[in-house]
Amino acid sequence: MWADRLAVLPVIVIGAWAVLLTVADLYIPEHRRRITAILAALGLIVGLVVNLFIQRHNPQTAYFGLAIADGFSSFLNVLFLLSGLLGIAVAHGYLQRQNIARSEYYSLLLFSISGMMLMGMAADLIIVFIALELLSIPLYVMAGFHRDRLDSEEAALKYFLLGAFAGGFVVYGIALIYGATGSTRIAAILSAVQSGSASPILLTVGAALILVGLGFKVAAVPFHMWTPDVYQGAPSSVTAFMAVGAKAAGFAALLRVFLLAFPTLSDKLVPLLWALAALTMIVGNIVAIVQSNIKRLLAYSSIAHAGYILMATVTLGQSRLMADAAAAALFYLLAYLLTNFGAWAVVIALEREEGKGLSIQDYAGLGKKYPALAAAMSVFMLSLIGVPPTVGFLGKFYLFRAVLEGGFVGLAVIGVLTSLVSAYYYLRVVVVMYMQEGEPVVNRDALLHWTAALSAIAVLALSLFATPLFQWATQATLYAAQ
Amino acid sequence: MSEYLPLVVLFILSTLVAAIAVALGHLFGPRRPTERKLQPYESGMTPFGPGTRRMPVRFYLVAVLFILFDIEVVFFIPWAVVYRKLGLFGFVEMLLFAGILEIAFVYAWKKGALEWE
Amino acid sequence: MVPIYYYIALSAVLFALGALGVLIRRNAIIIFMAIELMLNAANLALVAFARLHGELSGQVFVFFVMAVAAAEVAVGLALIVKIFETKQSIDIDQLNLMKG
Repeated sequence: MWADRLAVLPVIVIGAWAVLLTVADLYIPEHRRRITAILAALGLIVGLVVNLFIQRHNPQTAYFGLAIADGFSSFLNVLFLLSGLLGIAVAHGYLQRQNIARSEYYSLLLFSISGMMLMGMAADLIIVFIALELLSIPLYVMAGFHRDRLDSEEAALKYFLLGAFAGGFVVYGIALIYGATGSTRIAAILSAVQSGSASPILLTVGAALILVGLGFKVAAVPFHMWTPDVYQGAPSSVTAFMAVGAKAAGFAALLRVFLLAFPTLSDKLVPLLWALAALTMIVGNIVAIVQSNIKRLLAYSSIAHAGYILMATVTLGQSRLMADAAAAALFYLLAYLLTNFGAWAVVIALEREEGKGLSIQDYAGLGKKYPALAAAMSVFMLSLIGVPPTVGFLGKFYLFRAVLEGGFVGLAVIGVLTSLVSAYYYLRVVVVMYMQEGEPVVNRDALLHWTAALSAIAVLALSLFATPLFQWATQATLYAAQ
Repeated sequence: MSEYLPLVVLFILSTLVAAIAVALGHLFGPRRPTERKLQPYESGMTPFGPGTRRMPVRFYLVAVLFILFDIEVVFFIPWAVVYRKLGLFGFVEMLLFAGILEIAFVYAWKKGALEWE
Repeated sequence: MVPIYYYIALSAVLFALGALGVLIRRNAIIIFMAIELMLNAANLALVAFARLHGELSGQVFVFFVMAVAAAEVAVGLALIVKIFETKQSIDIDQLNLMKG
């Protein structure tokens, strides 16, 4: 009983912290709101420490095989907790400037993170569904946090309707898989699939429905329609958080469920995954070219990056490669986390009231007036393209290598070509910052500037220490709970 | 299928009986409508205003809180059925579950969601 | 005994109706009801399969789906009420503030 609780302790810590923070906040006076933010950050740090101490190499199942703690979940926990810390750092000043500083924000953030962490530990499809909703429902509320502005409300409603729609697909997919195999445990599904006792039609349709549902969550084309509107309408600090956290959680489920449970369905699923990855890279990058709003630009960029990470899933069925591809996906998510939060920190630094300061033209002259901020933004843009010496380059490198080893040359070529296309719109931001004259207005917010600076340094420095980092990701092998 | 035959007969009979009762009332019953008799609730309160007007949002808030706490009860029932088998483990887990619900209740209370005026 | 396939066929029809409803209808409340229909189609399938396999985890899952659906209702209706207050309409085609 205690072993179970110990195995999932990081989730318990964050979940309990979120619940207690909700109550504690009732007794924190209005003008001391900073305390809530500090308490939330403290909870995330405690979670990180706990996660570090109980990290283990041999997997441990908990609660009758519902959850599993292994290297994969430990790695993802670090990712989610970091994204929470960065999420608080970019949100604190922003919420006050936008006059939406209500302390529920931090409780909701913690609840969402506990859902993401649970997703990384899911060894049963029931947990996948509960985690999906636990991470999504707080995000719906956060997307509508700017409740006096119609675009925020609109974003929240769209996100909610499409998120619930996607949830419906996931549940029905799980129901069909349960029907085919007689179990919702990933390990039991695998053995039923391998023994051939499961109905292949139900299984394939079920897997495809889950893929549709998770495709919505990670914003893969053609399930991406909601992304630009939601990313643009939601408060920027929420967008920054959900672009990383929700996407990483979606991929956690995708990798865990698909790579572990359905390797024998590879002949049917791989073409689907291939097409999904290719389409997502192409559409995301090409539509991004015509965007003039920086939030929309980053939204399409986030779609495109979902396409790159999706490439890792085409190695389905090639058991030797799958571990490598999953590690590459994890590394890519970490690189995307740092780069994305850095870029959003800069966006938030320039955003003013009533949604002003969000056009790419507002960045004109940033290079002259605020050289440090402009330099940081340039680093993030280069990392998003995948240019050395940034961590984004290494993320792409490991991914392309895994895909090439799997024999998917066509997909890798599409990946490289679309990366070249993406250079156009990312570099345009850099050109506007340095080549055009303008009077950019930047908010005074030390926390935000530090976030941008430290992220930029991390993006550069981690590219030098990429090998140990990638080894850590490689050790984070996926296990199916027995 | 033969074991369903009694059910089918019962279904047909009950429909017939109901139809005949309604028909007889229509054929032989006297009809003297008055204004009072035509009201939606003949012996109830006198209605005021149209029935489709907007409800105050308060109703919505209370209704949603009701749904949330109501649906959580669903988890108590299977737990209660196997309570003895689960022993201390089940007791502690359910205590935690109820405790979290209680915290949600305190939150709603302190935020004034339960104030009617 | 009604064969299991009848239940599955019914749940598939309900799911398809729900999914179509989401895609066709424009009223946010109706869309939401269609989503609920999808979830309940899945519940029906889960219960039927649980009976087929003589195993209970499908029924347990239904409880969780119901509880989660209630939480979604709370958040979703709050959002819809808020939008209605501002716009006096919940037609999602009129939600077009953002264009790229």
